[in-house]
Amino acid sequence: MVRVASETLNSRVPEGPVDQIWDKHRFNMKLVNPANKRKFSVIVVGTGLAGGSAAASLAELGYEVKSFCFQDSPRRAHSIAAQGGINAAKNYPNDGDSIWRLFYDTVKGGDYRAREANVYRLAQVSNSIIDQCVAQGVPFAREYGGTLANRSFGGAQVSRTFYSRGQTGQQLLLGAYQAMMRQVQLGKVQMYARREMLELIVVEGVARGIIVRNLVTGQLETHTADAVVMCTGGYGNVYYLSTNAKGCNVTAAWRCHKQGAYFANPCYTQIHPTCIPVSGDYQSKLTLMSESLRNDGRVWVPKNAGDSRTPAEIPDEDRDYYLERRYPSFGNLVPRDVASRAAKERCDAGFGVGDTNLAVYLDFRDAIKRDGEDAIRKKYGNLFHMYHKITAEDPYKVPMRIFPAVHYTMGGLWVDYHLMSNLPGLFVLGEANFSDHGANRLGASALMQGLSDGYFVLPYTIGDHLATSQLPTVPEDHPACVAALQSAKGRIDQLLSVQGTRTVDSFHRNLGQIMWDNCGMARDKAGLESAVGQIQELREQFWKNVRVLGNGESFNQSLEKAGRVADFLEFGELLAKDALHREESCGGHFREEHQTDEGEAKRNDEAFNYVAAWEYHGVGEESTLHKEPLSFDNVPPATRSYK
Amino acid sequence: MSSELINLTLRVWRQSGPDSPGQFDNYQLNGVSTHMSFLEMLDVLNEQLIESGQESVAFDHDCREGICGTCSLMINGQAHGPDTATTTCQLHMRRFNDGDTVTIEPWRATAFPIVKDLVVDRSAFDRIISSGGYVSVNTGNAPDGNAIPVAGSQQEVAMDAAACIGCGACVAACKNASAMLFVSAKVSQLAILPQGQQERSERVVSMVSQMDDEGFGSCTNTSECEAACPAEISVSNIARLNREYLRASLCGRD
Repeated sequence: MVRVASETLNSRVPEGPVDQIWDKHRFNMKLVNPANKRKFSVIVVGTGLAGGSAAASLAELGYEVKSFCFQDSPRRAHSIAAQGGINAAKNYPNDGDSIWRLFYDTVKGGDYRAREANVYRLAQVSNSIIDQCVAQGVPFAREYGGTLANRSFGGAQVSRTFYSRGQTGQQLLLGAYQAMMRQVQLGKVQMYARREMLELIVVEGVARGIIVRNLVTGQLETHTADAVVMCTGGYGNVYYLSTNAKGCNVTAAWRCHKQGAYFANPCYTQIHPTCIPVSGDYQSKLTLMSESLRNDGRVWVPKNAGDSRTPAEIPDEDRDYYLERRYPSFGNLVPRDVASRAAKERCDAGFGVGDTNLAVYLDFRDAIKRDGEDAIRKKYGNLFHMYHKITAEDPYKVPMRIFPAVHYTMGGLWVDYHLMSNLPGLFVLGEANFSDHGANRLGASALMQGLSDGYFVLPYTIGDHLATSQLPTVPEDHPACVAALQSAKGRIDQLLSVQGTRTVDSFHRNLGQIMWDNCGMARDKAGLESAVGQIQELREQFWKNVRVLGNGESFNQSLEKAGRVADFLEFGELLAKDALHREESCGGHFREEHQTDEGEAKRNDEAFNYVAAWEYHGVGEESTLHKEPLSFDNVPPATRSYK
Repeated sequence: MSSELINLTLRVWRQSGPDSPGQFDNYQLNGVSTHMSFLEMLDVLNEQLIESGQESVAFDHDCREGICGTCSLMINGQAHGPDTATTTCQLHMRRFNDGDTVTIEPWRATAFPIVKDLVVDRSAFDRIISSGGYVSVNTGNAPDGNAIPVAGSQQEVAMDAAACIGCGACVAACKNASAMLFVSAKVSQLAILPQGQQERSERVVSMVSQMDDEGFGSCTNTSECEAACPAEISVSNIARLNREYLRASLCGRD
């Protein structure tokens, strides 16, 4: 039985009509006097869209900012790989969009498991994000007359996605990075690259600093501040194979969790429908093909299982365009969770294509016939190029073969309306928090959320915390700092002292397989229970038999990986247990036991209309479940239908 | 596509730290699937090294889809290997033949000191961006997105320059270790767009000055940088940089 806390969590969402509360709340929050801002210091961990935009904006306001990333440069954070675009409710195409519609689509797309007030605020500030990025010189696609261009994305019937070819994340990130580097030049941001956060420092219940490892020298460093902002991304790499960068990890978030921050909805993971299929057991990561391709590509499998003809030889009457068949009104542009499960359903039923039969076709034949190859090249050239590089097949001539892959994680550290965790002084932004996407994220909404949090939410809410808290100076030799440093050092020593026979990667692959098989696109009780046992066993094996060579006082990539995998081995268990406890299907969390006759996800609003935030009590110990009840006063829950 | 297995001899630069001497070590690697990416091949090498009790080869990598600019490597003397418009992480082993010897080195440039093995320090690029590679607009100051029209054709040229991934291949490929292609890409993007006009002169002067301070070499127009660039940044940006620099020098920083 899950241990449930008696008190529900307070989200600090102000009372009032959803479209007015942010404006009113901005007035009600306390301000820090302009002259006093320089007296406050803020640590920002991570330099992706959320971290970069937060560091830049806080420094512009006058705060003293310390920014950290594990990469060799802040410009390399994984936001850079986002391809398709960023949503906003500008309604430039005059096709019926509005803030309310973006809000509605996002709440519905999240399968009614997001917090309405946060989503409304996100939709509200979405337009300012576009303005800000344009002003920074982000080269968004334009119409011939010079105005901004839009395209469509899944889960919406309006064109509200702004884009820079297939490199939108790159351009937005460079915009935020440049804004931050400007503040470095002005002396308001101190940049610490190649630093990995290993511990959170908590003083009298308030987050006041971090311990980082300098990845070049191996030195542990203590950094204290008046607030700590985590912008450390998602935990998709718990599956080993995902579209995440190799370095993406849960360590920073997990360290906060172990210090008392609640972890919310870890079972909400997004499996993206259009990725290049696995080719062999050496595979190190999976590559996404942007959702924007579904604007022009049609998804199909042969009608006859085992049809061995080449795709070009299969005439239309022998093709099953299964998304168009099942979901006539959204067709190929159904949301990601729906598209992924439909692909799995076809492959499980024996209709998959390619060497492994674990793929479906994404075909541009008709679009090329309609618009010409040049038009398609202009829209998707770099994606087609990337596909060609990886598979040695030319997608202008033969359909792409695609299969779902782990892509994004909606769960994350629990935060209130201020984006502050239950640990005062600890703010969590972007993919690292849980707040805006519910159980499924719509395409082009991650970039929107990261930048919303960093440019337009945190700069207001952090002021309220700093203005209303007692924040005595924390010297580096404070007992809490010393204890955190010892804990980080102890863990490194422990990893180095095992001296076993198995490589870190082999454990990581093993964990990934357990997660994918049992906590992937479809889950059931037996599988999840088995996963919990297997993870515990693997974790035990890891600490007995992992081999980490070299030492802690130097550049040591094996040691870096070992620390991250050790944390994934603890975190994976929580993910599986969260999935086990949530006896319903919603968004990316699909429990086999809970589906409609047509195989669609079946929510249980009576019993599970809440955020599940877990409190840590020790490795392998049962966590306590804290519930934040959700209410949908503006977008009444309905069965999501894209038919 | 069927996969073949090939055997390779790898000559890998090993260097334990910035001030230690380095040397090439040879490793025999058998049964490499031609479907593997180049970095997956190195993963396999590292697994074997660790299993035999040797420290793995350090190399930089992250996204493994050609966009983050983290991966580097001189492969048989070519930055990012033999393919055009391709980063090392996108290079696949089908490009190599059974029995090949493959020489793998780090980027070599005074301004990119070696950290370990194949890993170098490219923070000089960050300092160049810091010196002026931005539009000075604080959060909240922006007018409506469509208040700043940009002709579609102009936007395309800016985007071509903005596509730079900051990997440093241009520097590694250049016999002078010049960073002109990198610097010119950012200068061009912002000089072409209306948003960049206010700081146009100041930007180019500051960025060039920082580039020189970092110890990068001069440009002698051999265009090796363009040939090596995985993001296909054109040397026409260098011509634009020179024009921008001349313009700023003649017209002053107005």
